[in-house]
Amino acid sequence: MIELHLRHRQGDFELETDLVVPAEGIIGLIGRSGSGKSTLFSCIAGHTRPRRGCISLNGRLFFHSAHRINLPPAARHIGVVFQEGLLFPHMTVRGNLAYGARNVGTSFWNEVIETLDLASLLDARPARLSGGERQRAAIGRALMAEPELLLLDEPVSALDPGLKARTLDLIARVQERTQTPMIYISHSPEEVRRLCSRVVTMQAGRIISISDGAAGSKARPHLASAQALRCTG
Amino acid sequence: MLSQMEQDALILSLRASTLAVLWSLPIAIALGWMLGQKRFPGHALLNAVVHLPLVLPPIVIGYLLLLVLGRNGMLGAPLDALFGIRIAFSKSAVIIACAVVGFPLMVRAIRQSAEAMDPRYAHAARSLGASEWRIFFTVSLPLMTPGILTGITLAFARAVGEFGATITLAANIPGRTQTLPLALFTVTQTPGEEAAAARLCILSLLLAGGALLASEAITRRIPQGATR
Repeated sequence: MIELHLRHRQGDFELETDLVVPAEGIIGLIGRSGSGKSTLFSCIAGHTRPRRGCISLNGRLFFHSAHRINLPPAARHIGVVFQEGLLFPHMTVRGNLAYGARNVGTSFWNEVIETLDLASLLDARPARLSGGERQRAAIGRALMAEPELLLLDEPVSALDPGLKARTLDLIARVQERTQTPMIYISHSPEEVRRLCSRVVTMQAGRIISISDGAAGSKARPHLASAQALRCTG
Repeated sequence: MLSQMEQDALILSLRASTLAVLWSLPIAIALGWMLGQKRFPGHALLNAVVHLPLVLPPIVIGYLLLLVLGRNGMLGAPLDALFGIRIAFSKSAVIIACAVVGFPLMVRAIRQSAEAMDPRYAHAARSLGASEWRIFFTVSLPLMTPGILTGITLAFARAVGEFGATITLAANIPGRTQTLPLALFTVTQTPGEEAAAARLCILSLLLAGGALLASEAITRRIPQGATR
């Protein structure tokens, strides 16, 4: 389970989010810019410390304001993929993939490279790669650390439409093969509908609906739980 | 081609400037990274203190250093009494003067490259399980390399040209503390030494120009695209 109960304020913006969903498949997180997706991303990854609340993944507490728990990002085992990929520019693709791959077995290493079609790029520097190649390598880099959860922040929005579709297929395939739960952040409902088993919609810092991604199912309104700020773990 | 005095001055200038840069580099990297990436109380004050030698007249720097490091100075007196080390008017004094005047230029260049570094590179590294030390050495330091190289060049060029602080702290002793600019000063004060003055001028030009060309050449080999 992914369990979040967060209260955070940044200037005029207020985040008030309660979410409990199974940690499986690809969870879509959509909303316009300014809806709080990025703040939520940053809180889960551990780059931003929320004012109050708790975050837990499969019973493991990352953050609990009342118990003064705040696991550093390096200890959370959460992979991140940014819109621009942000591969380390001074390393080859191989170096990038190996950066977090400390205990990874050869079979998993090869599987990720094969699924993401990275074999021919291993010796290239990031500056030489196309946008799509860069994103594939960035997803590979995050997976090689064997994260318990992978956060993807608009990973295809900088790509042209054809490449976008292919990269989305790759993400789906990688999820299927590695079974890594993912949170996929996007402002595009089509992308998310196509990819995600569950879709969470945010608006003005709150979650307004959660729907099952299966075609035809209707979104049900999300009621913020009354007994907020209680994380199991 | 060069007289003994000119050779001595050239070698001392090169040696002192190189050592000054090498000694101050680790501190400049640490400070530049801190000032560029971190926000902490006293940030503005630290920044101002680091930049002070850039705006102070070099003679003032030399005099202040003499007050601290001279035989009766705060540090100079115990150093002399305990270890018999006398810094003022020695070769070490030349190195210290060169290091102090070049330091702000070095920190400034490194700070700028640290500021330009996208903090999400560090976020990505952290999410891959890297410790802060590992991130610093494997991600931040390589991304700051262009700034570090620029800083080294600027500080080296400034150190080679250093005059005021050196003559105050180290004096102008031929063969001992007489650097290139000090030798040039001496020959310009001596009638009939125009040829020597010309030679020393050309040497200074070659040194400064060479440092600039070298840094351009190195910077062009560094892959770009690390900035936000």
